Amino acid sequence: METYRISNLKTLEAESIHIMREVVAEFQKPVMLYSVGKDSSVMLRLAQKAFFPGKIPFPLLHVDTGFKFLEMYDFRDQLCREIGADLIVYQNEAALKQKANPWDWGTIKCCASLKTQALLQALTAGGYDAAFGGARRDEEKSRAKERIYSFRDAHGQWDPKNQRPELWTLYNGRTNPGESIRVFPLSNWTELDIWHYIHAEQIPIVPMYFAEEREMLVRNEQLIPVTDQTPLGADDKPEKVMSRFRTLGCSPCTGAIRSTATTVPEIIQEMMVARHSERITRIIDHDQEGSMEQKKREGYF
Amino acid sequence: MNVNELLDQNREADLLRFSTAGSVDDGKSTLIGRLLHDCKCIYDDHLAAVTRDSKKLNRDEVDLALLTDGLQAEREQGITIDVAYRYFSTPKRRFVIADTPGHEQYTRNMVTGASSANLAIVLIDARNGVLTQSKRHGFISALLGIPHIVVAINKMDLVDYSQKRYEQICAEYADFVAKLNIKELTYIPISALKGDNVVERSGRMAWYKGCTLLNHLESVQVASDRNLIDFRFPVQVVNRPNQDFRGFSGTVASGVVRVGSEIMVLPSGKKSRVSAIASFDGNLEYAFPPQSVTVCLEDEIDVSRGDMLVHPGNVPHVARSVEAMLVWMDEKAMSLNTPYYIKHTTNLVRGAFTRLHYRIDPNELHRQDADRLELNDIARVSLELFRPIVCDEYQKNRNTGNFIVIDPTTNATVAAGMVIERSGHRPGGGGDRPVSRNITRESSLVTPEIRQTFFQQKPATLWLTGLSGSGKSTIAKALEKRLMDARQACFVLDGDNVRHGLNRDLGFAAEERKENIRRISEVASLFNQAGMLVITAFISPYREDREAARKVIGPERFLEIFVAPPLGVCEERDPKGLYKKARNGEIGEFTGISAPYEEPSEPDLVLPTHELSVDQAVDQIMAVLEGRKIIGT
Ligand SMILES: Nc1nc2c(ncn2[C@@H]2O[C@H](COP(=O)(O)OP(=O)(O)O)[C@@H](O)[C@H]2O)c(=O)[nH]1
Repeated sequence: METYRISNLKTLEAESIHIMREVVAEFQKPVMLYSVGKDSSVMLRLAQKAFFPGKIPFPLLHVDTGFKFLEMYDFRDQLCREIGADLIVYQNEAALKQKANPWDWGTIKCCASLKTQALLQALTAGGYDAAFGGARRDEEKSRAKERIYSFRDAHGQWDPKNQRPELWTLYNGRTNPGESIRVFPLSNWTELDIWHYIHAEQIPIVPMYFAEEREMLVRNEQLIPVTDQTPLGADDKPEKVMSRFRTLGCSPCTGAIRSTATTVPEIIQEMMVARHSERITRIIDHDQEGSMEQKKREGYF
Repeated sequence: MNVNELLDQNREADLLRFSTAGSVDDGKSTLIGRLLHDCKCIYDDHLAAVTRDSKKLNRDEVDLALLTDGLQAEREQGITIDVAYRYFSTPKRRFVIADTPGHEQYTRNMVTGASSANLAIVLIDARNGVLTQSKRHGFISALLGIPHIVVAINKMDLVDYSQKRYEQICAEYADFVAKLNIKELTYIPISALKGDNVVERSGRMAWYKGCTLLNHLESVQVASDRNLIDFRFPVQVVNRPNQDFRGFSGTVASGVVRVGSEIMVLPSGKKSRVSAIASFDGNLEYAFPPQSVTVCLEDEIDVSRGDMLVHPGNVPHVARSVEAMLVWMDEKAMSLNTPYYIKHTTNLVRGAFTRLHYRIDPNELHRQDADRLELNDIARVSLELFRPIVCDEYQKNRNTGNFIVIDPTTNATVAAGMVIERSGHRPGGGGDRPVSRNITRESSLVTPEIRQTFFQQKPATLWLTGLSGSGKSTIAKALEKRLMDARQACFVLDGDNVRHGLNRDLGFAAEERKENIRRISEVASLFNQAGMLVITAFISPYREDREAARKVIGPERFLEIFVAPPLGVCEERDPKGLYKKARNGEIGEFTGISAPYEEPSEPDLVLPTHELSVDQAVDQIMAVLEGRKIIGT
């Protein structure tokens, strides 16, 4: 018998696909920002679905700070090879030459040059008029009002006073030369939806999301991963902790959480019990009140 | 709970989008905070922050309003606030709240929030009763076609949970909404602050027999709100990755389509059958709203973005003029008879508002005469489109009846529109489907091939476009002579001649120019069907109009020839002294001077006539005709 029921996940999927197709139809040169994280993995799968049986009709852009975890690079390269995606990796060479790093420069300044500036440089260099990002509105209070099409001026800046109302599923993609939009096809997804979808669709994700024994510095309830780059003080004693990452960022600025979840269902179950927002493990947000709003205005995603 | 049960539940859960509106201080933020909190959808760190802030503010209880209350602060900073989206879920359903600030001037925001909602919660403060804004919320919700409205009568704790007060308010509101078109209306007495009847049943209102707000949200039937009858599929992109696959991708706006169904493409009217419904997860047997799918057809017919696939027995309007309700959302007032962009389904069309019938006072529902339409005004208007759109009335079909209006200079979204009833055929206006229903096309015993052999040519229309004085008519006449000398049957459709007869009822207003071009295209098409070559010589400055002509005549028969000397040269030639008059302001809207000329983006031929003799220009056109094997085969 035919049924016309549609689940939450399938509704969200259909909406995201609609948005992606709309952008491809109306823009000259779209690009998808690919951060290697779980949201990017979902966004990539949605793009495959949207243009099936064709290939994804735009390149993926990874803004690489050079401080990502090794597992992320391996995962990225293998996945792109497998699905035949066109991957562009961009780094802010000038800043890296000046040895930009969060320990000496501070997190805000480091992010500003290796992420924000690098992103703007990459978008300008590529001449992209639309860029997909994987941000969701449930991530943070300040994102709750963000549009799906977020309009940027010729300098990539977001003008909160000049955003267009969005009605129904009609998106206004008109821009002047030099202007662009950022598009958030996952706007209406929540973190839990993302995990359920990854489970239902068997979407590959970086193994760092799953718990295992990892070398950590334990500082006031924060787990700071130890890599080759981590500067260790005399008192710092790394320990092996059963842990996983809830969000993936740069190795110096991403904290882990204690966990024993080694499968997606276990992660989902853990989320139902331990109830912390995901950004709590992102050290970058602890810099300064309202720091997201500030970064966004400057062109950060 | 066991994790597998959790996963199963999630697979079954569906999605409900609802909007909330209330006057300032009716308790909207508290209510949303309460829903999120009692459904355990608040992260511990967020709750800790709110508890901390509540203490700082000397509140006795944790102020749940702080969880969401961001809009006020942003307004002070001048940030465009329209709608904030919040998310929560229960085992049965996932919810998206479109939360809109409640101030009087926020019609625009309420409309935005309501546009995607299946249900609206209108909050009323039990102490204040029905205020003008409560009415406005009801009206806008009904206008935007929200099928389910919940009137939440809040702060019952402050009126001693009085049944009498509750019933008084219900009666007053019922009086008002009787004038509106609402499918389902539900009243619930609550206290957002204390939690009565929000998630937990209240022990203090035993007289209330209905369900709690959350129960209602979880159980309201929204599946049947979708239109599953009228199949409408606006084509978003043509998916052609290789020679073996050609599909049309889009979102099913309404109705159900099955493999094997007969479909018709609008506006062309061509028919075919669905050969497959492709998706990454395997082919589907049928598709329904709001699925995003890719439809493949049995025949190679011309389909592009903006077209709509429908079932031939159930067709929408193909209209160049529509009547609509319009909500104006921009600081700059609406201008009549000025081109705007209209985005409707997957189409972006130019159009102009030709009449402002009346404005509606959203509080009392009175109609008012109006000569202006300003921010937050709601009005009934007539809209003329430069190209037809394929639409339904909004009340019948939300997805194919809505549109947004874009200012072509600022690119801002300036209005939201909803199609009401279509205006009939008027001279100069032009309906796009035949007015009489009982007509079908007769087929002839003489096939196009027979005609082709008879005339020794393939029929085509040579559409000359260019500025006044560019040389279109001169070239057209010389070309006609040359073709006749070569024994090719052809005819020039000349602007003035057509206006003497067929188009004598048309003037030069934008919509009449458009109709002029439409009729010429139809005539050219008839001549082509008869086997003849047609040459036209009209300025035809708008790409949209030329594209419309291309559609009527058929892309395979349409040759766009751009007669393209620079404006300076045309102005110097000025054979009829028109440029001079235009420069002196004696003629308004003169192409090239005070009205735009949109150059063809991919013309079949460009003739820089300032560098060519008339003979050379004609030579070039003849070469194209021979090259395309239209003549001389
Ligand atoms: N007594 C009582 N007070 C309420 C109730 N709901 C909200 N309030 C109070 O009304 C005031 C305004 O509430 P708020 O949620 O900020 O209103 P908003 O402007 O509609 O978002 C606050 O002081 C709330 O504590 C209720 O059900 N009972």
